[in-house]
Amino acid sequence: MSMEQQDKPVKTTGKKISRRTLLGGALATAILPVTSVFAKYIQVGVPAIPDPTKQPGPLPGKVGTRSPFENPVKKPSDISSRTPLQDLYSTITPSDLHFERHHAGVPSIDPNQYELLIHGMVERPMKFSLHDLKRFPSVTRTCFIECAGNFRTGKEDITVQEILGLTSQSEWTGVMLSTLFRELGVDPKATWFLAEGGDAAVLTRSIPIRKAWDDAMIVYAQNGEAIRPEQGYPARLLLPGWEGNTNVKWLRRIEISDAPYFTREETSKYTYPVKDKIRMFSFEMDARSIITYPSFPQTIERGWIEIRGIAWSGRGKVVKVEVSTDAGKNWNEARLQGPVLEKAHTYFRHLWHWDGSETEILSRVTDETGYTQPTLKQLIDARGKDIGGYHMNPVTAWRIKRDGNVVFKPESHK
Amino acid sequence: MLKKLKLRRSHALIFGGITIIGMVIWLWLSYQNKQKWPQTFGYGKTATQQDITKWDIDVRPDGKGLPEGSGNVADGAIIYTNKCAACHGADGKEIKGAKLPGPPLVVGGGKTKTIGNYWPYATTLFDYVRRAMPYNAPGSLTNDEVYSLCAWLLNENKIIKANQIMNARTLPKVEMPAQKLFIVDDRKGGPEVK
Ligand code: HEC
Repeated sequence: MSMEQQDKPVKTTGKKISRRTLLGGALATAILPVTSVFAKYIQVGVPAIPDPTKQPGPLPGKVGTRSPFENPVKKPSDISSRTPLQDLYSTITPSDLHFERHHAGVPSIDPNQYELLIHGMVERPMKFSLHDLKRFPSVTRTCFIECAGNFRTGKEDITVQEILGLTSQSEWTGVMLSTLFRELGVDPKATWFLAEGGDAAVLTRSIPIRKAWDDAMIVYAQNGEAIRPEQGYPARLLLPGWEGNTNVKWLRRIEISDAPYFTREETSKYTYPVKDKIRMFSFEMDARSIITYPSFPQTIERGWIEIRGIAWSGRGKVVKVEVSTDAGKNWNEARLQGPVLEKAHTYFRHLWHWDGSETEILSRVTDETGYTQPTLKQLIDARGKDIGGYHMNPVTAWRIKRDGNVVFKPESHK
Repeated sequence: MLKKLKLRRSHALIFGGITIIGMVIWLWLSYQNKQKWPQTFGYGKTATQQDITKWDIDVRPDGKGLPEGSGNVADGAIIYTNKCAACHGADGKEIKGAKLPGPPLVVGGGKTKTIGNYWPYATTLFDYVRRAMPYNAPGSLTNDEVYSLCAWLLNENKIIKANQIMNARTLPKVEMPAQKLFIVDDRKGGPEVK
């Protein structure tokens, strides 16, 4: 899906290659001529490369790198960094492209000093080292994490990344929170717990305890390796399907309680107007989908086009994705890539023949609770025009221009 | 029809027997499974009161967690000027056209959500400022300083009087104007868009 990217001259990568050559040490001498020739071509940005079947390539290395022709990058702002969803081909987000959102930067935590304290309404308050956490029976699950403030609109020239790049998916490994709670002897009268991060925001959220008995985890691994610092190294809370902010990173403390704490993150933030009230404690992320190909700034040609995208629901499985290629008049059921997992990005595809006329393409998902992704108008009708930016999951449309250009269809927000 | 549906006695006995045997096997298997999990894994250490006190800084609306100490509006004004104004503005209000490094904290001309028009509990202010502010030196304020900053911010937002002292007893009693607006999300999925 980075089709038009291939025509662009490759920048930035010449340096990377020569550094790798240097790191190769003794072996570098042998491959230097080869790679420096390669690097020269890259640096001047000419895609013509010597015939790779006529000379041997670099030798095996310690860490793999992306092809110099591929350059998917996150889009950082002061407070977040967004996943380039339009550049991905399936539902796993490479760990270095997982979105970031933090409230006081990424802390650096020594795994040997790390401790998780659990106390409050328990028989025995305890602290666990990272080593302790890793010894418990472990579980692996794949699910998305989406920031509750994941909605942008307003102009035609925005990418999927800009519209909703604050959702990513990983395969997470760790210990079920219920396994830890079992060790502590949690008071049956407990109804909430507080999760606290060890970053400079010492971020806190109150979580209903039912989530701990259901599917909450403390995870220390992401896509098979230790979790990345931006994602909470050495351990974070994982609440499948629940708003990103509750999945507290750099988790250092859990306090079990019989009431919520009404922390800043669950009052001043992550709450939103609904008519004349303010709604709080919206945990589940509602079902949502988006077409990632074709999307801005890609262009298409007449003929057969496989429309592709992702759909997900914080309340369970995606059961149906429908795609419209005529601005919402008719809907066709897209093919879902199995296995369809609960609370997980699900890839969908729909084959379409474009005859070159101007149109709009859009997708909508239905989850296993029977909820169908609403339009922006439906959301505004239900919540009022002061709707805000949290928990917004409207159907999004792409306009296909006669010349094959694809642009976002911005809908007025207020 | 009826005749066909009627099970013969011997059949019923066989089916019943199979069902009971099946259930016994199932119970035994699940018991075996549970058996693999010990009463306790024995990992981790008991946390001491000291371990807990070091990190337990949260405050609930009922006042649980508020420390000793107190503060007043006049002291708060000085501390605010020295430690907060650089990022939140001299009077904490939204400045038209200017984007400060920190969000506005006091209700001003603009529509921005602030402590005065949006925060449901005053205890949240103590909890948050103590743990996370000033942004460049979190955790550096004394409890008295935090109480004074709460007093100043609440007074600037016209919620408490200038002579009111803030401490573990008075702060939870402060009634925030926005509290009555908050409702808990009661959506449970299903077709309705809410
Ligand atoms: C270096 C800049 C800086 C300084 C100094 C600073 N703050 Fe902040 N403050 C911020 C930033 C940035 C945020 C937003 C953090 C976030 O988004 O999580 C913030 C957020 C806040 C909030 C939450 C506002 C809301 O609407 O949720 C309060 C309250 C606050 N600061 C109080 C203070 C007080 C009191 C002081 C002085 C002790 C102070 N700040 C000093 C930068 C600063």
